[in-house]
Amino acid sequence: MTDTASQATTSPKKRGFIETLELDTRLLGMIGAFILVCIAFNIVTDGRFLTARNIFNLTIQTVSVAIMATGMVFIIVTRHIDLSVGSLLATCSATMAMMQTAVLPGWLGLELGSPLIAPITIVVGLLVGALIGSFHGYLVGYLGIPAFIVTLGGLLVWRNVAWYLTNGQTIGPLDETYVDLGGISGTLGETGSWILGLIAVLGALYAIWNGRRAKIAHKFPVKPIWAEMLVATVIIAVILGFVWILNSYQIPGPRLERQFEARGETMPDGYTAAYGVPYSVLLLIGVAVVMTVVARRTRLGRYIFATGGNPDAAELSGINTRLLTVKVFAIMGALCALAGMVASARLSFHSNDIGTLDELRVIAAAVIGGTALSGGIGTIYGAILGALIMQSLQSGMAMVGVDAPLQNIVVGAVLVFAVLIDIIYRKRTGAV
Amino acid sequence: MTVTETNAPPPTGTSPGTTPLVEMRDICVSFGGIHAVDHVSVDLYPGEVVGLLGHNGAGKSTLIKVLSGAIKADSGEILVEGEKVEITNPRDARAHNIETIYQTLALADNLDAASNLFLGRELTTPMGFVDDAAMEAETRKIMGRLNSNFKKFADPVKALSGGQRQSVAIARAVYFNAKILIMDEPTAALGPQETKMVAELVQELKKQGIGIFLISHDIHDVMDLCDRVSVMKNGQLVGTERVEDVTDDDILGMIILGKQPEKAA
Repeated sequence: MTDTASQATTSPKKRGFIETLELDTRLLGMIGAFILVCIAFNIVTDGRFLTARNIFNLTIQTVSVAIMATGMVFIIVTRHIDLSVGSLLATCSATMAMMQTAVLPGWLGLELGSPLIAPITIVVGLLVGALIGSFHGYLVGYLGIPAFIVTLGGLLVWRNVAWYLTNGQTIGPLDETYVDLGGISGTLGETGSWILGLIAVLGALYAIWNGRRAKIAHKFPVKPIWAEMLVATVIIAVILGFVWILNSYQIPGPRLERQFEARGETMPDGYTAAYGVPYSVLLLIGVAVVMTVVARRTRLGRYIFATGGNPDAAELSGINTRLLTVKVFAIMGALCALAGMVASARLSFHSNDIGTLDELRVIAAAVIGGTALSGGIGTIYGAILGALIMQSLQSGMAMVGVDAPLQNIVVGAVLVFAVLIDIIYRKRTGAV
Repeated sequence: MTVTETNAPPPTGTSPGTTPLVEMRDICVSFGGIHAVDHVSVDLYPGEVVGLLGHNGAGKSTLIKVLSGAIKADSGEILVEGEKVEITNPRDARAHNIETIYQTLALADNLDAASNLFLGRELTTPMGFVDDAAMEAETRKIMGRLNSNFKKFADPVKALSGGQRQSVAIARAVYFNAKILIMDEPTAALGPQETKMVAELVQELKKQGIGIFLISHDIHDVMDLCDRVSVMKNGQLVGTERVEDVTDDDILGMIILGKQPEKAA
């Protein structure tokens, strides 16, 4: 009781505030950086940066890169790299554009606007992405060609396969249902968004409660109730705050009028409607949840991280690291297809230069999000936050009116600086 | 005696009449024309510790990697409890209850102790997800037995000391009911205290009837812990001797000169 050497006692006391909350300091740092970027731009733009409208646009612009960044985490964690994601996105997008405009209506005789077009197109796109990804994985894993070379070749090959498929033309307009998945025209609306927010809150609470219960069941130490409550409160506030912001972005009056006219009705006076959460963001959230579960709770994820930490050890533990490489690249390919879908749907057409330089944005997002190029370390939420930070910088600078070359110079410098900060952080904390 | 051997095998068997746990017969491995392992035969009986000695590059590690599935032999056969088996990868070896503690420890530094212990053999929930809580609980149990000072269950193994890392590697080999245990330089990175712990563990495992191949540079280790020693030089087996029949000098002669001790010849 009066023991001064508290190390011997089992219940650790007098821990730091952040330590008690069991929060990831790196995550806090990234959120801090993000908030700083937002506030700085908001001041410079006289409050135009943090408006519901801009936040809405920022979110839908981030989705495509963020989706690919989650896959890039797995690639980099297993000590590979994928330079072909932007080109692969273009090939998938071109395939899907041709499917819905030429193949399905023309060759297979589906009517334009048929509800079958979007789902068939997307399935085909996903298959193409996953197949090309698997092929990359096969070349890397089984034939032993370095991923850098395979995907550097892929960068050229798939960019120009896309070109070849479309003859370099812009393909559009795309199917209406398909375009809904891009963002602007397809949103959950006010009520739907609140319902989604509520589901997310319940899900978060369940996850926290379930984690605590599992720890107690195995008699592991748990953090104090107040800490649990505080974390839960912050999470709930963030979720509901996000929904509230997107819900306060009103659909412009003329646009609403057109919607009513299209249905042959007239808009009642004073009628307003909000955008709410875009479908594409919903998709990103889904991808993030699935990828996080894969990373943390499945054997596949465990093997990905083990292989990244020590490939020899993974092999000796009976993990088929070659097949694992194929799987990781296949996931990346499928995510490129999803990202291609979102990107072309947001534009409502497929253009020949879609996804150009995306490989750099995606790798930068993953690396800024704390994925170590030496392998074995990385988080899905980090990569998404990294994508968000990159996109904020880019669109913030555009808003301020920074010249395009300067924008790119800043983004490049930030990437290098972020990695430097990360290295210093790791050295200071001794964290891996 | 073993029934199948005809070419005057070295003195074998702590308990004649039982089948050996493992017999490696006439194993050959070559890398680009160099015979790393050249027609080597060794065997191992239940509850026995067989030391594998030799210089660097003598072929001990290569021989043992054939048994653990890390390398495929060019020719020769492996019998486990009298049955001929095919071991082409580490999964096959594990399926025959052959566990290996590698000199490099083969740990994924970025994962915690429990994830390493169960790597490749994760416990899962009924839903098919990895059950971290259950694995950590099991890890706490076995580490309580092996190394009660071990407390860092939440940290990645990178943050552990050499001895703690070694205990994780040992725990991994022992946890899954190994019948045959391969220890490659298990004490190379350890302090005296931890070396003693490994020695005690070897004695305990012997009592449970586990057969152990012990690869070591330290001739005293070997003389203390082993029942028999097999000495290799330049990829070939110099000979296999019972420890009580030979002196340290005899063994050294076998390692350095590759010659049989006189009385056993």
